[in-house]
Amino acid sequence: MANIMYWEAIQRAHDEEMTNDPLVICMGEDIGVAGGTYKATKGLFDKFGPERVIDTPISENGYTGVGIGASFIGIRPIIEIMSVNFAWLAMDQIFNSAAKVRYMSGGQLEAPVVIRSPGGTAHQLGAQHSARMENVFMGIAGLRVVTPSTPKQAYGLLKAAVRCNDPVFIYEHELMYNMKGDVPDAEFFHPLEGSEVVRSGKDLTLFGYNISVHWSLQAADILSKNHGIEAEVVDLFSLSPLDRAGIAASVSKTHRAVIVEESEAPVGVGSEVMAIINEECFFDLDAAPVRVSSANVPQPYNHTLEKATIPGPDDVVNAVVKMMGKA
Amino acid sequence: MNAADKKRLLHEMLYARRFEERCYEAYVERKIGGFLHLYPGQEACCHGVLEAARAGEDHVITGYRDHVHAIKCGADPKEVMAELYGKETGSSKGRGGSMHIFDVKHHFYGGYALVGGPFPLAAGLAKGIKMKGGDEIAICFLGDAANNQGTFHEALNISALWELPVLFVCENNLYGIGTRIDRSTAVTDQYKRVCGYDIPAVQADGQDIEVVFKAAQKAIKHVRSGKGPYFLELMTYRYRGHSMSDSNAYRSKDEEADWSKRDPILILKNRLIKAGDLTEAAYKKLDKKIIDEIENEVIKFAEESPEPVVEELEKYVLAENDPYVHGGPN
Ligand SMILES: Cc1ncc(C[n+]2csc(CCOP(=O)(O)OP(=O)(O)O)c2C)c(N)n1
Ligand SMILES: [Mg+2]
Repeated sequence: MANIMYWEAIQRAHDEEMTNDPLVICMGEDIGVAGGTYKATKGLFDKFGPERVIDTPISENGYTGVGIGASFIGIRPIIEIMSVNFAWLAMDQIFNSAAKVRYMSGGQLEAPVVIRSPGGTAHQLGAQHSARMENVFMGIAGLRVVTPSTPKQAYGLLKAAVRCNDPVFIYEHELMYNMKGDVPDAEFFHPLEGSEVVRSGKDLTLFGYNISVHWSLQAADILSKNHGIEAEVVDLFSLSPLDRAGIAASVSKTHRAVIVEESEAPVGVGSEVMAIINEECFFDLDAAPVRVSSANVPQPYNHTLEKATIPGPDDVVNAVVKMMGKA
Repeated sequence: MNAADKKRLLHEMLYARRFEERCYEAYVERKIGGFLHLYPGQEACCHGVLEAARAGEDHVITGYRDHVHAIKCGADPKEVMAELYGKETGSSKGRGGSMHIFDVKHHFYGGYALVGGPFPLAAGLAKGIKMKGGDEIAICFLGDAANNQGTFHEALNISALWELPVLFVCENNLYGIGTRIDRSTAVTDQYKRVCGYDIPAVQADGQDIEVVFKAAQKAIKHVRSGKGPYFLELMTYRYRGHSMSDSNAYRSKDEEADWSKRDPILILKNRLIKAGDLTEAAYKKLDKKIIDEIENEVIKFAEESPEPVVEELEKYVLAENDPYVHGGPN
């Protein structure tokens, strides 16, 4: 077991998959000679060379399409888009080509590409560099969306995504690349579907994904210590498809649900999980589900305003205390 | 360009240089956050082109390296600095930040962070100008690496097809972040890429402001006379890293030293001294005056200005009190 950073886990997965299969390549802006904005491809250019570790021009829709086209005939590209804000530019190829080609060819063709990109708000990067786009990607039929909350998941999800025959979007986070965690030394493949109970509890369920798993865990500690409330925390590492059975199982046990998301509320993870709860286990509920989300505004630059838009552990605690009638 | 103009431009470029250097310090002091892209080395591009244009009247748009362009268009440096400090008195009320300086009253349309985004917006401004019958033009300043976006080619084609009054200025500083141009771009001379659209395209030295000015005068004459778009490539160099988070490790010290010999401020200053229009002592005095002014007026204003209030977080998301939201004014 090694205690490594999130970026190191991603780098290791690249390295192993590229060693295992000569048709695995990676491409993106500044990923080769510079080793990647987040170091996720560090050292790979020297090891595998420019044919397989490809610095691309600033042409997101172009190089994403190139990767998808190459995947049609058996190449397994891992495409890094520097930020999800720039993935908007590649949306045509992701949405209209990668996600649909299997279906519209009647199963003749597939696009086994992996697209990795960080979202989330970092520090004062402003309206055009702070998007959270999980809600956009998770609404695309034919595209798998996973989002690692730990280095272990970052490693195992990328490994599985490279081998999977569907296009997989891996939603990383600007602020998590330097987060440390244990990753087993032995090779493993993390399931691309499902969810994981990362803290067991009886009073309510906190649903999180990516960074909001950590906010939920911190909130659960505070709730336990200060309020005697035992929260279960469920990590929704697969955003598409969402784990209907896992969501229902936890809510049937705790009877209450709070969804914690970094994204804005409309058309998001929270609204989707609420719909699933309605559809799967409405009569198990003791209280109306609640979501803790960002303010629905373009991200302001000013530090104080920015802080006011993004939820955190305290907001989760407040929402739970209110829900439990202990406010 | 007479001696007085040259001296004024030297003043403006030196002001821009000192302004940006002070931003660097403020960033290190954590007064400025987010991404900060500085302009030192490229001053002659902005000042030369906009000197030949009608700054404040012509419609200017650019990317994230935008402070100096805004100021040359007429934005108050105090408001630009206040924006970087995230203050309510900032040019975008503290909502935008360094990459999103806007000053619409001086026809400066921003400050965009997505590489290549402004190309079609500039063509759109030009379309609007043409429809409204004015004789202003649109000017789009972007970097070399932006030309690899589809929007570049789409906007060139559209503006040629519709004969739009737009000048595209490419500030070719040879790098897009850490990637040297020949590693990202098949044809490194950017003006050559424009030929396919039958748009006049010229490459010029971006370090000598008189050269820039002359090239821009010719370009602007063409655009303003209704002959359609024009592309001006200016060869230049940025001294600092791409942004504050960039170590600059990908460039050789020799390359940097070579370019610093062709510093735009140095070139103009030496020319003025040689002509007997400036002395070293007068230059030093000017420099000191500028530094003091930035400290005592610009920084002071930014420091003392109030922050936006959280109650107004949702202001500016949508139009306020738009009657048509409710079906019309009645
Ligand atoms: C669509 C998009 N892709 C990538 C980026 C990240 N990025 C910001 S600036 C930049 C380099 C742009 O270089 P250039 O156009 O030459 O302008 P310069 O910074 O040299 O002035 C890159 C890749 C971005 N902001 N937007
Ligand atoms: Mg450049």
